[in-house]
Amino acid sequence: MSRTVLDLWVGVFVLVGIGALFFLALRVGNLAGVDLSETYTVRAQFDNIGGLKVRAPVKSAGVVVGRVDSISFDTNSYRAEVSMSIASRYEFPRDTIGLILTSGLLGEQYIGLDPGGDFDMLQGGDRLQITQSAVVLENLIGQFLFDRSGTPAD
Amino acid sequence: MIAGFLRTLGAMAIDGVWRLGVVARFFGLLLRYSGQSFLRLHLTIREIYFGGVLSFLIIAVSGLFVGMVLGLQGYETLQRFGSGDALGVLVALSLVRELGPVVAGLLFASRAGSAITAEIGLMKTTEQLKAMDMMAVNPIARVVAPRFWGGVISMPLLAAIFSMMGVLGGWLIGVVLIGVDGGAFWSQMQSAVDFRHDVLNGVIKSVVFGVAVSLIAVFEGYDCTPTAEGVSRAITRTVVSSALTILALDFILTSFMFRGMS
Repeated sequence: MSRTVLDLWVGVFVLVGIGALFFLALRVGNLAGVDLSETYTVRAQFDNIGGLKVRAPVKSAGVVVGRVDSISFDTNSYRAEVSMSIASRYEFPRDTIGLILTSGLLGEQYIGLDPGGDFDMLQGGDRLQITQSAVVLENLIGQFLFDRSGTPAD
Repeated sequence: MIAGFLRTLGAMAIDGVWRLGVVARFFGLLLRYSGQSFLRLHLTIREIYFGGVLSFLIIAVSGLFVGMVLGLQGYETLQRFGSGDALGVLVALSLVRELGPVVAGLLFASRAGSAITAEIGLMKTTEQLKAMDMMAVNPIARVVAPRFWGGVISMPLLAAIFSMMGVLGGWLIGVVLIGVDGGAFWSQMQSAVDFRHDVLNGVIKSVVFGVAVSLIAVFEGYDCTPTAEGVSRAITRTVVSSALTILALDFILTSFMFRGMS
């Protein structure tokens, strides 16, 4: 086989291979999704984080704006300390509320940000003052049973 | 009786370590003469053609069928839990993390690795390597290094092609044939597959497998007993030890990469 034909096929092969890598990165992976190259870190404390995991999305109005960086337990307040990085181009007021929500009935848990009305914006290293814990299914069922037992039988 | 058994065991252990040392020295020589072989780049390009381009078809077809089977089997199971929409996540994660690099590596070892061993082994048997040495042509720079680097370059590309064809196969079965919602298929996949954590780790795996398979293939060829039987044994050893090495390395790499993952 002549050299030029061989070079041509190798060129095609390398191009297809790199194309496949791009396909995996852009179409299969979420590289094209939220750009997390420039971020700022915000921390928050929750009474109960339920099943929240590291790398879980941080969403506002359903749009992914960041990811959870780390989760730890604060022995002073006995609450969960969650640190999340948010893309720099998204700014939120200081009095933004952090909630732990569930996508779907049994889906993964994520942090929802509910923007407040403050004129000052959150800076890197700030702390969310108002948070709402995850809904724990057992507590919910317990509450429901408790309520039922309180109502008189028809 | 016991002394004899222990002696056999000891001899086996010493042999194994000795052989590992020979491989390491061979690898060192290979790296040392790689620069020389890169000066004649068309040698490496030629090996990418024989190792990579000619493996393209088997890799692409296998990838497609593995993806299609994943689509069928995955849907069967996921549907029982009412989460058939998560089919894309299942197909993509299992391909990108594990099946892509591993199955492509196994196919590459049996398709290209065995050919490399046979070629180098036959060159040794017909004393072509010695003749090169006589003509002051370094056989490691001229024969071994281009085949090694050809394999190392081809392997990640083949693994990526395998994963891509697999995802397309899963899409073909899941979305086109069974009727999973296409939007849910892709969007759930995209939100669950992380570029650095899943895709890049898969690429790292395939590079490691490429180095391992290519090194085993060129070494077994270079080291074979220069007889017809010796060459055939060397080819068998290439395929067997490549497969075992890939599976063992995969376990080690996985336990480092995905340990403590949610």
